[in-house]
Amino acid sequence: MSVRKRTNALSPRGYAICFAGIVWREALRFISQRGRFLSALVRPLVWLFIFAAGLRSVLGVSIIPPYETYVLYEVYITPGLVAMIQLFNGLQSSLSMVYDREVGAMRILLVSPYPRWFLLLAKLIAGVFVSILQVYAFLLVAYFWEIEPPLMGYLTLLPVLVLTGLMMGSMGLLLSSLFRQLENFASVMNFVIFPMFFASSALYPLWRVQEASPILYEICRLNPFTHAVEAIRFALYARFDGASLAIVAAATAIFLTLSLFAYNPSKGLIARRGAPAMAD
Amino acid sequence: MTQPALRIEALSHSFGPRKALDRVSLTVPAGSFTALLGLNGAGKTTLFSLVTRLYDSTSGTIEVFGFDVRREAPEALSRLGIVFQARTLDLDLSVRQSLLYHAALHGIGRRQAQARIAHVLDKFDLADRLHDRVRNLSGGQMRRLEIARALIHDPALLLLDEPTVGLDVEARQGLIREVRRLVAEEGNGILWATHLLDEIQATDRLVVLHRGRILAQGTVPEVLAQAEAPDIQTAFLKLIDAFKETATGQEAAE
Repeated sequence: MSVRKRTNALSPRGYAICFAGIVWREALRFISQRGRFLSALVRPLVWLFIFAAGLRSVLGVSIIPPYETYVLYEVYITPGLVAMIQLFNGLQSSLSMVYDREVGAMRILLVSPYPRWFLLLAKLIAGVFVSILQVYAFLLVAYFWEIEPPLMGYLTLLPVLVLTGLMMGSMGLLLSSLFRQLENFASVMNFVIFPMFFASSALYPLWRVQEASPILYEICRLNPFTHAVEAIRFALYARFDGASLAIVAAATAIFLTLSLFAYNPSKGLIARRGAPAMAD
Repeated sequence: MTQPALRIEALSHSFGPRKALDRVSLTVPAGSFTALLGLNGAGKTTLFSLVTRLYDSTSGTIEVFGFDVRREAPEALSRLGIVFQARTLDLDLSVRQSLLYHAALHGIGRRQAQARIAHVLDKFDLADRLHDRVRNLSGGQMRRLEIARALIHDPALLLLDEPTVGLDVEARQGLIREVRRLVAEEGNGILWATHLLDEIQATDRLVVLHRGRILAQGTVPEVLAQAEAPDIQTAFLKLIDAFKETATGQEAAE
């Protein structure tokens, strides 16, 4: 009997087809889960319309780069809300990976002949693509709430969103490898999302935090989410914040390396423990 | 000599202190139906997970048509299809979308995939469900879809891990018939894990796995002769009893 072999498999075209297939599946899931899109949009809008409006008079913001004048509190927190969208999306993607692993769909992905790093990276990029769609939908609505960055800012924001999205996604990927069940993963919301978001410059500038608590200020400075927010803030005003970008890039590299290690079939955590329903 | 579809040598694997597989060696000849018989917890699913490289083994080798699963994973994995015991379908996708996605995971473009989809759905009597959501299929149809999906990249070896679990008698018989037809008509090698004795025929190859160890293997008559038993059920029980006696003797010696 001849051993069948296809021509496309593992060729550059095969890689492209595989990558497109993974992105397509994520897009299909996203479209089919309209509630997910709606909640991704409503969450930052609630912060923008209600929280920011309510605290506008309490939390005044001085002139800090990249702003050249005093800005409304709504304007200040918009980059933080953009980063929040990506943070939630990154965690949502990893939540779906835990779910996929639990129901078995993840196994179908991982038994593809393509290298595991490529499959996970493709899944990560698919998640980033979805988060960018959410961000621009949010910015469109925000525009009518007088959040009007320069037009060029929308363009310069794009590559930064790719980088920050990769950081949040790879962090989510790493977290997904640590949890075997969805129930356990729910605690991530309390122990990761909220501390990361609140201990950052998303809602208040760091100089204000420093006045209140020097220790908290240092924690905020160490938080990679702070630097993602600042990279987004500068990019949205067509400015370049090299330090923040470098820190975000380094954090991405660390999270990505650790998550690829965790999913490695011979070295990672899953290899040592076995995935759910695999112990027969 | 024809290359075996699957050759496993001295394969061991542990989850922490628990040994799931202990020096397992077995062969699945190309174009054969090989039944992997074992009780729940025998190590069948672990074996499948190692063959598909969901994780790597502690020791031993696995070759698919001569390609080492660890060193030549892409070559090996592109030649095998897998149906896991637990359902692995995305219920929100349509039948067509599921198959297109799986084809893409094997580097098959849309045009080529459409032809394969028509072929496998026709073979498993699902052609009229092409645009239906997976969640609207019956249990038997979902299983048939999983097998159709496993065949989308035309693998020469198909691994099925207790595929009839949860199916009614009619669906079970239909599924076994269709898989046996794959061996006869398409020349696929099949490794069929089961704990149900009535799924094994006299013409099959049989591998008996118990608590991570191979107790017997060969054609059904060879296994019966080895166990000195008139039928598979008696042979299976005798092999397990012999294993228990050996294990008890070893424990007493220690």
